[in-house]
Amino acid sequence: MKTESVLEKILASGNLAVTSECGPPRGAVPEKIIEKATMLKGYVDAVNVTDNQTAMVRMSSFAACVFIRQLGLHPILQVVTRDRNRLAIQSDILGAYAHGINNMLCLSGDHPKFGDHPQAMNVHDIDSIQFVQMVSAMRETGKFLGGDDILNPPKMFVGAAANPFADPFELRVARLAKKVKAGANFIQTQCIYNLDKFEQWMQGVRDRGLHEKVYILAGVTPMKTAGMARYMKNKVPGMDVPDEIVKRMAGVPKEKQADEGIKICVETIQRLKEVKGVSGFHIMAIEWEQKVPEITEQAGLYPRPEI
Amino acid sequence: MNEFEPVIVAFCCHYCAYTAADMAGSQRLNYPPNVKIVRVPCSGKVDAIHIMKAFEKGADGVYVAGCLEGDCHFKNGNKKVAQRVRAIQKLLDEIGIGGNRLEMFYMSAGMGERFSQIARDMTEKIREIGPNPAIAALNAASGKAVA
Amino acid sequence: MITAERKPMEEILEYLKPYRRILLVGCNECVTVCAAGGRKEVGLLASALQLKFMKEGQTLDIKEITLERQCDPEYVEELAVLVDHADAVLSMACGCGVQEVSRRFKDLPVFPAVNTKFMGASERQGVWAERCQGCGDCLLGLTGGICPIARCSKQLLNGPCGGSTNGKCEISPDVDCAWQLIWDRLKAMGMEDRYEDIMPAKNWQHGRGGGPRKIIREDLAE
Repeated sequence: MKTESVLEKILASGNLAVTSECGPPRGAVPEKIIEKATMLKGYVDAVNVTDNQTAMVRMSSFAACVFIRQLGLHPILQVVTRDRNRLAIQSDILGAYAHGINNMLCLSGDHPKFGDHPQAMNVHDIDSIQFVQMVSAMRETGKFLGGDDILNPPKMFVGAAANPFADPFELRVARLAKKVKAGANFIQTQCIYNLDKFEQWMQGVRDRGLHEKVYILAGVTPMKTAGMARYMKNKVPGMDVPDEIVKRMAGVPKEKQADEGIKICVETIQRLKEVKGVSGFHIMAIEWEQKVPEITEQAGLYPRPEI
Repeated sequence: MNEFEPVIVAFCCHYCAYTAADMAGSQRLNYPPNVKIVRVPCSGKVDAIHIMKAFEKGADGVYVAGCLEGDCHFKNGNKKVAQRVRAIQKLLDEIGIGGNRLEMFYMSAGMGERFSQIARDMTEKIREIGPNPAIAALNAASGKAVA
Repeated sequence: MITAERKPMEEILEYLKPYRRILLVGCNECVTVCAAGGRKEVGLLASALQLKFMKEGQTLDIKEITLERQCDPEYVEELAVLVDHADAVLSMACGCGVQEVSRRFKDLPVFPAVNTKFMGASERQGVWAERCQGCGDCLLGLTGGICPIARCSKQLLNGPCGGSTNGKCEISPDVDCAWQLIWDRLKAMGMEDRYEDIMPAKNWQHGRGGGPRKIIREDLAE
């Protein structure tokens, strides 16, 4: 065990872990994040809190994590390198750890042009891999990136993202290898609809023994409507939605589409359970957090283990 | 008050447009004396500054006439000057002179009728648009009558 | 070269409003290559400004001169004989040139006529693209000759990110994904295993982050 993270304990015990996600509000409204997190309590082992997602200003993930921790849940602090330099990031890590937050996800972040402040400077003082390396070293060596000693060094369970569906495909296993080399403890993947492609990636991962060096949490997202399926297929870079999924969603009447989306999600989880090397699931039900309990129940992931 | 007689400068390439002008002449086709022809070896030889200076020196309208598309005697001189003409049209709009005072035309050496038609059309178009505002304003400021 | 683009006419005219005697100075180097501020562009701008002022019923006393470079004091000195007849200088050089002229002629307002853009190379006639950010610590030897700082929208040293699509950057289908290019080069040279070497966090002190930079050559400076 590298940390005191409950998520690490559950993964280390061989249980399938379940994480989900909360987006902080676009204002100083803690009630919104508390409401979302409350829906997830008891159904997930840890909750990701996104960081200025799609480059739109939201309550800082750090602040939102503190509220979530106070509710008794275990947050995963997501940080993007787009908005903060190495000082600010290390500073936030100290603050978060002091608040009892001991899981992190190290990301690059969407380009500012997609968000509400396209004129902002794009920081990227360090990239996501250097970020993983830095947080891992803070834990293992007790030193800041600059070399000085840290008082009570934070022991973060370090996560990174993986997208088996982005280009170039041939690089995607090497990319994971790089993140593992940098010290990633767990990985959350982009949401999976194309199971064949995912299995192809996992084969490459297993061939290199990476599944034994890092815990891989397979991402899933329930579709709400056929329109959402089409949008994700055509408009979101790095997203692979096969035609059959869109057809299935479009094939049912509008009132039934949400249920069909949940069904597909649960089926995906069941299939993924059979894939060797998958250590758990990351259920991203954005603005649909109330469906997470249902999904975990139907997928046989409830109740969560008591560790 | 005299009716406004526009001054039009026509840069004509030797191989096509100028020959077409000659053809118009030998066919006794009429075209207005407003059009002053400047013969160039290729329409592509016409640089942006030549067009600008024409306006600076009092032209009310300018056009560049070259070979038909694909038939330029020097391969793609007419294509290059067409790009330049578009850029100068934008510049003329930016400074309030009017990009509509500048045009690009294509013709073959035998098109005497087309040459004279264009000369007539351009003269009427510029007559309608009015005198070069730069010259008009300067003349007004110095008390001279409009030419 | 350093690339630039002419400023919008309204902005230039705004600068020139109070002045009637203008010295319009071009540069024979970078801005000539990218057709923004060389002798030809000086001629065009002078003509355009003259027409505009004539339209307002005024004339502009505008002198045109194109120096070999505006970033060297020896060349800028050539303006000394001309500045007495000018109320303002309009420079078509990059920011370096504008500042050098301004430094030499302290009593004269000097205005930029172009927006200096980036250090780049010609992709083909009329098209220039950004290639270098002057980070001060060139790593092109490690990335197959393609710069991730200048050409990756997120300046990732261990890219690509998850937004790379069909070899293009998430910000636009017109922008190549630098890391796709780097990977293709490494593959072509049989250096794929280089890809998994982790590039450590960059020392931005070599670049602009360390403050305005200077090079002093002991063997050349007096």
